[in-house]
Amino acid sequence: MIWLAFIMVLASGPTWAGEARPLADDPVAEARLKHLAVELRCLVCQNQTLADSNAPLAEDLRREVREMIAKDMSDKEIIDFLVARYGDFVLYRPPLKATTSLLWVGPFVLLAIGATALVVSLRRRATKVTDVPVTDEEHRRVEQLLSEGGKRS
Amino acid sequence: MNRFLLPLSIFVVVVGFLGIGLTLNPREIPSPLIGKAAPDFSQPQLYNQEQVFSPTDMKGKVWLLNFWASWCSGCKTEHPVLMELARSGEVPIYGMDYKDRREEALTWLQRWGNPYPIVGVDDAGRVGINYGVYGVPETYVIDKQGMIRYKQIGPLDTDTVAKKIIPLVKQLESQ
Repeated sequence: MIWLAFIMVLASGPTWAGEARPLADDPVAEARLKHLAVELRCLVCQNQTLADSNAPLAEDLRREVREMIAKDMSDKEIIDFLVARYGDFVLYRPPLKATTSLLWVGPFVLLAIGATALVVSLRRRATKVTDVPVTDEEHRRVEQLLSEGGKRS
Repeated sequence: MNRFLLPLSIFVVVVGFLGIGLTLNPREIPSPLIGKAAPDFSQPQLYNQEQVFSPTDMKGKVWLLNFWASWCSGCKTEHPVLMELARSGEVPIYGMDYKDRREEALTWLQRWGNPYPIVGVDDAGRVGINYGVYGVPETYVIDKQGMIRYKQIGPLDTDTVAKKIIPLVKQLESQ
């Protein structure tokens, strides 16, 4: 029992260490920071959000966002502040623009091409299939094979 | 023949896209600040701590602003290039010591040489955020009107200096 408790303490130790320390004392501000930080990309480790990243720049940017929240700036103002400095790349959801149109429309274009190809190939296959009537001789052979199989099992 | 034409053309298109992708560097994010006024700041200087360094002092000059730190290995790589450029006298390079310790920065400059007439101190990284810095070294070319004209992400090399920085500086000087 003591051993079990010991193992539990050992196992849970690292999770305490890995937990992010509270970012602000105010829970409302904290919730806003979380909600914003998952929408924003860390520029150093590009596949992490600002909320996930431990890079020093991400920490600085979280501090900056927290200060803007304290100044009572709206979400849009905060996001505009970051986009003005780091560009659209800082957003996890890229805006629909001329430069991002391929990104937004591309998958649907591919889907349309795929669907067309599927329909075309199904139609083509339908025309190739011709009905071949089964002769009486073949019928008898099938019946015979089936009855043999039944006996064997 | 017809049977292979379609897969082949798809293959060629995909290879084309991947080929273009290989030539792009995902770490180089185009800066939205190019063509815009360089963000203002007023930071203490590294050597004369009582004095401030501000881009408003630089109006009427074409200059480079180089974000660096003693802890940054790319800055060490870039350093001989900056020394060479400073020696050539083509364009002044002003430094911004980004999130660094003062003693370490001073030791670094003493050891490797100081290409900067003035070094500002950005210990909290706020100037860096205003300039959209996300990794040192980064270098900005700023024109006489205080406009950012070029941003180098990562270390400068002799090739970039000769082919991009110096021609751009000459062009901006003549304006």
